[in-house]
Amino acid sequence: MALLPTETPLGSAESGLAFLAGAPYPVLVLAADGAVVHGSGSAWNLLGRPAGAEGEELAEVAPWLLEAHSRLCAAATVRRHRPGAPAAETAVRGVIAGAEVEAHPSLRADGSVVWWLVGDTDRGLAAVVERERWELLARLPGLLLNSLNVDRCLETTAQQAAAHLADAAVVVSPHSGRALRFVTCLRDGPPVRGQVRADPAAVPGLAEALQGFPPVPSRWIDPETAPNWLLPEGLTAVGAVSVTPLPGHGVPAGALVLLRGPGHGAFTPSEEVFARLFAARAGAAVSAAVMYSEQAAITDLLMRELLPPRLEHMNGADFAGGYRASVDRDRVGGDFYDVHPAADPDGETLAVLGDVCGKGLEAAVLTGKIRNTLHALLPLADDHPRLLSLLNRALLTSHHTRFATMVLASVRRQQSRVTVRLSAAGHPAPLIVRADGRVEVSRTHGSLVGALPETTVVSDTVVLAPGEACVLYSDGVTEARGGPLGDAMFGEERLLHALGECARMPAEAIVERVLMLASQWVGGRRHDDMAVMVVAAPQGTRLSAAGRYGHGGFPA
Amino acid sequence: MTAVRTVPPPTSELTATVDRLWEAVTAGSEEAAGAVVFGALTAGAEPESVLLEVIAAVQARIGREWAANRLTVAEEHAATAINDRVVAALAHHPVVRDAVRAGPRGRVTVSCVDGEWHAFPARLLAQVLALRGWEVDYLGAQVPTPHLIARLHRTAPVALALSASLAPRLATAHSAISAAQAAGVPVLVGGAAFGPDGRYARLLGADAWAEDARGAADRLAEGLVAPLPAHQPVDDLPHLADQEYTLVRRSAPRLVGAVMSGLAERFPAVRSYTEAQLQHTAEDTAHIVDFLGAALYTDDPELFGGFLTWTAGVLTARAVPTASLLAALEVLGHELRDLPRAVGLLDHGRAAVASPSAVPATVPHQYHGNPA
Repeated sequence: MALLPTETPLGSAESGLAFLAGAPYPVLVLAADGAVVHGSGSAWNLLGRPAGAEGEELAEVAPWLLEAHSRLCAAATVRRHRPGAPAAETAVRGVIAGAEVEAHPSLRADGSVVWWLVGDTDRGLAAVVERERWELLARLPGLLLNSLNVDRCLETTAQQAAAHLADAAVVVSPHSGRALRFVTCLRDGPPVRGQVRADPAAVPGLAEALQGFPPVPSRWIDPETAPNWLLPEGLTAVGAVSVTPLPGHGVPAGALVLLRGPGHGAFTPSEEVFARLFAARAGAAVSAAVMYSEQAAITDLLMRELLPPRLEHMNGADFAGGYRASVDRDRVGGDFYDVHPAADPDGETLAVLGDVCGKGLEAAVLTGKIRNTLHALLPLADDHPRLLSLLNRALLTSHHTRFATMVLASVRRQQSRVTVRLSAAGHPAPLIVRADGRVEVSRTHGSLVGALPETTVVSDTVVLAPGEACVLYSDGVTEARGGPLGDAMFGEERLLHALGECARMPAEAIVERVLMLASQWVGGRRHDDMAVMVVAAPQGTRLSAAGRYGHGGFPA
Repeated sequence: MTAVRTVPPPTSELTATVDRLWEAVTAGSEEAAGAVVFGALTAGAEPESVLLEVIAAVQARIGREWAANRLTVAEEHAATAINDRVVAALAHHPVVRDAVRAGPRGRVTVSCVDGEWHAFPARLLAQVLALRGWEVDYLGAQVPTPHLIARLHRTAPVALALSASLAPRLATAHSAISAAQAAGVPVLVGGAAFGPDGRYARLLGADAWAEDARGAADRLAEGLVAPLPAHQPVDDLPHLADQEYTLVRRSAPRLVGAVMSGLAERFPAVRSYTEAQLQHTAEDTAHIVDFLGAALYTDDPELFGGFLTWTAGVLTARAVPTASLLAALEVLGHELRDLPRAVGLLDHGRAAVASPSAVPATVPHQYHGNPA
């Protein structure tokens, strides 16, 4: 703990030996002739002799010490006459009452010598504790920052605090609402989460510590006042309790409650310093986790509106969609698809797949606007040209400079067949996979939306027999660059060929196949957003349950 | 998680159910498939057994039949899609809902490695874990690693179950494993990519490996210890210091090109290949380079040898002589002559293909885009 004294404060013999009263080690002061000038209580304990014993007794218990003393005094005499002579104040080792002891001399001006007697066990233990603490402080940020999860962070804090600071630790979560949430941990035990409906103000200092501002110092409280929930199961009795705020840099980061068993009082000053450093690191990590989870929650909420919907069987036709954003980091991009089921089973369901110029979040935000506008225009869905023209006007008048391409597909079940009315606005024409493996390109074409004052579109109607499918896709699929040789485009030819192998396949299998081939084609290279949607005429009855898990992809 | 590969011998009753489900699935009848499975449940079969000894057995057969060229890609995809829907529908069956043991034991994330399309084993595991009372976060196929890790930070599950079926995904799996561990989440891995005895799971520092869904569920029930942090992935694989893996990955397209021209030189027939045939050959070559990369990453010649003998088997089933495979390996050996580890692997691979008894009994990898 305290550093080993290497130098005794110099003073004349008259100044007395008062400074030895607070000595951290057993200490003996021997006159140049070997007489005992002073011995601390602990030194006499160590020697196993009553206080005030004489030099002769010392010779019996620790002859090596007396020998070293005379050597040192002799050398000191020589040095006094020849200042260049080597100093001899080196520590010596020996055994006293069976225990290894290291004796550190320091020469005093009057020729007497102060001998610090350091038991190896004491010094070893103290050094180990000290080293462990500093190692922990170095390791702690790593332990804490690895997880950006608030609960994990609190668990780690509780565990490390219990292991190094106290017999048990309780970390109270900064997110405590009406109920206080906390993690308790006994030394060497697992962290245990708990919550309780309690007023933090009942624990002195806790409410202030949880608020995070204004800063409050840690304080020791009367163990009697600690409520039961604060006492971890397994801790039989409590000797001391402290409440320390975790400083969160503007974000409340919670509070650390340390509990020590009976017989342990408050911290020593060095323990206090260590506890404060510990709390600072834990607070920084918890506040980072708090900020991360708040940001992630906001992103998720906003993203939910932009994520492609989960498609299934609707009004007698099978729908399936798949999406791969250009940036792996994002889950959304400039491609989108939607299905708006008809109000009645015999009505027309409107499916849309489109592509906004650009990629990333900015493009995704515009897809959200287009999807909303289309939703509002649904009553006009039976007139594709009109719908596209209204959408075009809406996009032109918005402040976005981006344009979009899209395919509208109005789907209606008629007995066993499915009729699909298609309108492609500046978008690759949908492909029709026939039951015999033929793949046809639909004959719809038209101008893109959001660029020109007027739009034109030529629609096409296709009829799907059971097992046949209509495939809508974005150009991210056909323009995917890669392949085994690295630089070829996936291209429409390859897509047609791949779809030729997809005859009679279920809608979601076709989507998966196309996305898989295109993804494998690009390998790890950069690519544009890719979207695929398939409308299929069912071959048989479908199992009713859509499943609790989405098909492919990853949910929000 | 390789329920697809290793299935315990089912009881005779279940064997009959397997046959009936196989018929329904290959006939493309979702309705019939559902009837078989729900019939077995109503007759008292354990939901877990139905999942692992019936549905997984049929899925394994789909893979085998495809490898033996007895199923087309479309048939195989259709069968897999139906199997997939049966699994989904099964979760809603009253017997299954009753069987879900009062939980919750805690949250487990089940996911495939980035680039992995074979979601079926992971999906089966997700269902088995749900049956055993876990709260399951199933992320599906093809999960970009940044999403996976962000998800782990947000939800802090008890464990991550990570599935990979193809050895070339091992490098990606490795980065996902160490990132999850750094986030304090222990990782259990499964799938054919990790080797028949899970040897690559140990190599990549995973906290646990399981041979199949049942084993994975048992292992998770025992509990995984939170991993120690401050672990650098590169410490697991000191041999990567020679950069051979990186070099081969980076030059993969060039290597494929070299093999294609080398083949055209040696085999006049190749010169008159159609566009589609050329593309198939180039794709097969790209797979060879992928597996060579995986073998360099793991420093395991067996990985490469096993893949090549299996490829030789598949090519033989499709009446392609193995001479072209040997020639491709020779060209690669010449191109990579400055990389000693790669040359060693290619020599080992040639020896494995040349040895007539080397065709493995089991299907180690289904690399031709079977999304099962």
